[in-house]
Amino acid sequence: MSSANSLATPTWRGDLDDRVGKYLGRSHRSLKLVRGRETVIYAILIASGLFSLLITGAIIYVLAIETVSFFKSDEVTFANFFGSTTWNPLLGGTKSFGIWALICGTMLVTAIAMSIALPLGLITAIYLSEYAPRGVRNVLKPVLEVLAGVPTVVYGFFALMTITPILQWLHSGFSVYNAASAGIAVGILCLPTVCSLAEDALQAVPRGLREGAYGLGATRFDVSVKVVVPAALSGIISAFLLAIARAVGETMIVALAAGSLAQATLDPRQQVQTMTGFMVQMASGDVSNYGTEYYSMYAVAFTLFVMTLALTMVGNLVRRRFREAYE
Amino acid sequence: MSNPITLTDEATAIEPRPRDGRQTHFAHSRDQASEPTTLAIGVRDLNAWYGDFQALHSISLDIPANRVSALIGPSGCGKSTLLRWFNRMNDTIPTAHARGSVHLGDTDLLSRTTDVVDLRRRIGIVFQRPNPFPKSIFDNVAFGPRLHMKLSRTELQDVVEWALRKAAVWDEVKDRLASPALGLSGGQQQRLCIARAIAVGPEVLLMDEPCSALDPASTLAVEDLIFELRRQYTIVIVTHNMQQAARCSDQTAFFYEGRLIEVGATTTVFTKPKQQQTEDYVSGKFG
Repeated sequence: MSSANSLATPTWRGDLDDRVGKYLGRSHRSLKLVRGRETVIYAILIASGLFSLLITGAIIYVLAIETVSFFKSDEVTFANFFGSTTWNPLLGGTKSFGIWALICGTMLVTAIAMSIALPLGLITAIYLSEYAPRGVRNVLKPVLEVLAGVPTVVYGFFALMTITPILQWLHSGFSVYNAASAGIAVGILCLPTVCSLAEDALQAVPRGLREGAYGLGATRFDVSVKVVVPAALSGIISAFLLAIARAVGETMIVALAAGSLAQATLDPRQQVQTMTGFMVQMASGDVSNYGTEYYSMYAVAFTLFVMTLALTMVGNLVRRRFREAYE
Repeated sequence: MSNPITLTDEATAIEPRPRDGRQTHFAHSRDQASEPTTLAIGVRDLNAWYGDFQALHSISLDIPANRVSALIGPSGCGKSTLLRWFNRMNDTIPTAHARGSVHLGDTDLLSRTTDVVDLRRRIGIVFQRPNPFPKSIFDNVAFGPRLHMKLSRTELQDVVEWALRKAAVWDEVKDRLASPALGLSGGQQQRLCIARAIAVGPEVLLMDEPCSALDPASTLAVEDLIFELRRQYTIVIVTHNMQQAARCSDQTAFFYEGRLIEVGATTTVFTKPKQQQTEDYVSGKFG
């Protein structure tokens, strides 16, 4: 130990100084190795990103190719596809491919589902986030998440075996397969999605905002409705749009409970066929895998894809518009 | 306002602090220290807990009306807890409970039957971090009045302008009342929060370290404002900053480990404290 050191530090530390000095002098891990590893990690990350991009691209490609061959068929015209409300792809002589019948079915089921899932989900989320004591919250939240884990085919049976008889008991006009029953089941299916995401958004609102409002003499209801919900609006809207996208794409419930007659109706007592319902019927039925009716499945899928894509894009726009920084 | 122990009406006796008075810290409070005051909040034998942890031990303290009372002490000494019992902000913490009495005039602040909504209208609070709502400047100030009063559009505009003027931020925001409050600087946001609290017409303003998130220039502006505001309001300020307590308060209470060690005129507490602990703290030996 040098004398200069002993002046600066107490002598008993000298030993430690020497030892740490040696540690610090040890050669660093090989720069080459570090760089090589970084390159490998970088490549893996890029590959993972590209993979999902590739799959998406492939799906769009297949959909587009088959859709084009659908429209090349003599039996189909753009005017018929986008201008007609008669969807009748199977009957030989009078084939008609009016997509609006299927869109109408999808919209009807989605609208019924959302009229249940959105208000109920948001109210439950507000209750859980702002009102519920911790004990209640700790019980209710997992229960709701269990609801999300139930296979959709179970909801389908539930709709057919439970909801439909109840509806028929309430009103005799309901047919065995009907839009209302499927819509209600889809709504219950989407409820946990709305609730869980909206609750996350509400919870993310800083405590300071709540205290600020309470400090002004706001009641719990004032705080929830006038401060917390507006502050969480972008998150709540994303939750809503995600639920809508899920309802539009839901297949099993509508295949089981909504029926298989494509008709442009707004009557929830009638049976309807959704876009997804038609695709299931096509893909699992005994239809030959060529011919216009087969290719129509791809055209419907492509339309559905464009619809959900538009929904996502609108969602991003809306979210950006309503995004509110807290700090 | 109900003040049963009115000794004298001295609202006119308080003089504005001279701008250059900052250097001579205690110049302003010398005159008032001897003046009789009115009681705003009376605390008697208050004990408070968070769960099993006792945060306050048998606190008895008088908060004089139209004065600035500073609560000082090291972190965790209970000063914020006391402040948050004044307007029952602790109700939002499930484990918090208290025994003893805190009175605002005739109102028992701790009673279960006390209407906290009305109480918080009478006792406003400004927090450590500026917490404007993600709304426009106007809507922030109008939030309280809209909750409590039935006002026409023009009446509401009057209230907002009045509160913003009181909070000395009107000139900076008058041309952009419709723009988001979060676009303001930290100091402006804090004055906006003060305006928001004033706009419901409170008797008492509680301030929980109102300048600790602000830069020195904003701190100066807010301190000046606090000193001005005591003409109309009783102010209780919790602060870590002893210079701040010395600069802008009339009465200082020193807390340590949940106990009130000493309370008195700010001049006395900072120059001739009775307790050794107080002297050690205000002279910077610990804390």
